Amino acid sequence: MAEFALPANSKITGKGINYPAPAGATRTRTFKIYRWSPDDGQNPRYDSYTIDLDKCGPMVLDALIKIKSELDPTLTFRRSCREGICGSCAMNIDGTNTLACTMAIEDVKGDVQITPLPHMHVVKDLVPDMTHFYAQYASIKPWLQTVTPEPALKERSQSPEDREKLDGLYECILCACCSTSCPSYWWNSDRFLGPAILLQAYRWLADSRDEYTGERLDALEDPFRLYRCHTIMNCANVCPKGLNPAKAIAEIKKMMVTRAV
Amino acid sequence: MATSFKSASGLKKVRGLGSAKSGVHHWWLQRVTAAGNFVLGLWFALSLLLMPNLDHASVVAWIAQPLVAVPLMLLILSAFWHARLGIQVLIEDYVHAEGLKLISVLALNFFILGTGAVALFSVARIAFGA
Repeated sequence: MAEFALPANSKITGKGINYPAPAGATRTRTFKIYRWSPDDGQNPRYDSYTIDLDKCGPMVLDALIKIKSELDPTLTFRRSCREGICGSCAMNIDGTNTLACTMAIEDVKGDVQITPLPHMHVVKDLVPDMTHFYAQYASIKPWLQTVTPEPALKERSQSPEDREKLDGLYECILCACCSTSCPSYWWNSDRFLGPAILLQAYRWLADSRDEYTGERLDALEDPFRLYRCHTIMNCANVCPKGLNPAKAIAEIKKMMVTRAV
Repeated sequence: MATSFKSASGLKKVRGLGSAKSGVHHWWLQRVTAAGNFVLGLWFALSLLLMPNLDHASVVAWIAQPLVAVPLMLLILSAFWHARLGIQVLIEDYVHAEGLKLISVLALNFFILGTGAVALFSVARIAFGA
């Protein structure tokens, strides 16, 4: 059956460490952060860090970096661009998958609870194992495929109208916020490609220069790879780039019907 | 310590047994039967509401008419087929053990075909006045 409960060794039962507010701080906020290390054999726990917001940047990532620099260097998380373009700092903040770098602390009411992306294997703390997700991305062949040989000494041209068809698709940064918010992906990620990868698949199906549309549809036509999407729409709700993977999936389903009926 | 020979890229697992090259038919039929359920269900509900008398004799007499018995049988076909398709998706979503999944889908098909046949036979029996 699908796994509805955490395995015994993943339950958050460990006793957390409490880092109190610094003396003299007037505007404080507590961050309850999921901690788990593969090295100590312990169950996961929440550590609480109370920090002075007057000495911290406005975003949740600023707080995480401050905590790591000043309170606890063992806190582990991914980050890179700090401006919502690399997708590294995707995590679950206050119950919603999003990017720590574009999520303002003041948009969270009360304590800021942070856990890794849901239903992923955890490498350490807030770092999920992305191997399977990236393999799924590779499986859809995310590059231009053509039968026509490359034109000599010039690029493959595309009209502005055709280029516009890729708007809302090319912006995806593969942060996995959408896929890991999708119940269908939770229960069937071994075979369901999930919203992020299907949006990427549609990005190539919609490209006027790509000539492998039929082969791409063949590879997707599967009860699990594509048709586990039941339009739950969590993907569109959480996407930190404001994209709509559910719509891209609906477009793929439309293409499937068009060539079959 | 056991050495892991799993593919480092994870592609072996993702590519798996390949695409089933099916699924669109299932999905499309679910939409077609949904449309059928809507039209025929609306007809059935409205007809019952507009009937002056809902006692056993008058409903049986109503069903016995060819232009009622035929759409009623179509409604049964559409609704039972729609249920079969929908519940199969539900099983595939939540039942992951291959053996149990196979048995569940088999049981579903037997149940839907069995109960559907009973429903069709009941209408036919009324229509043919047995």
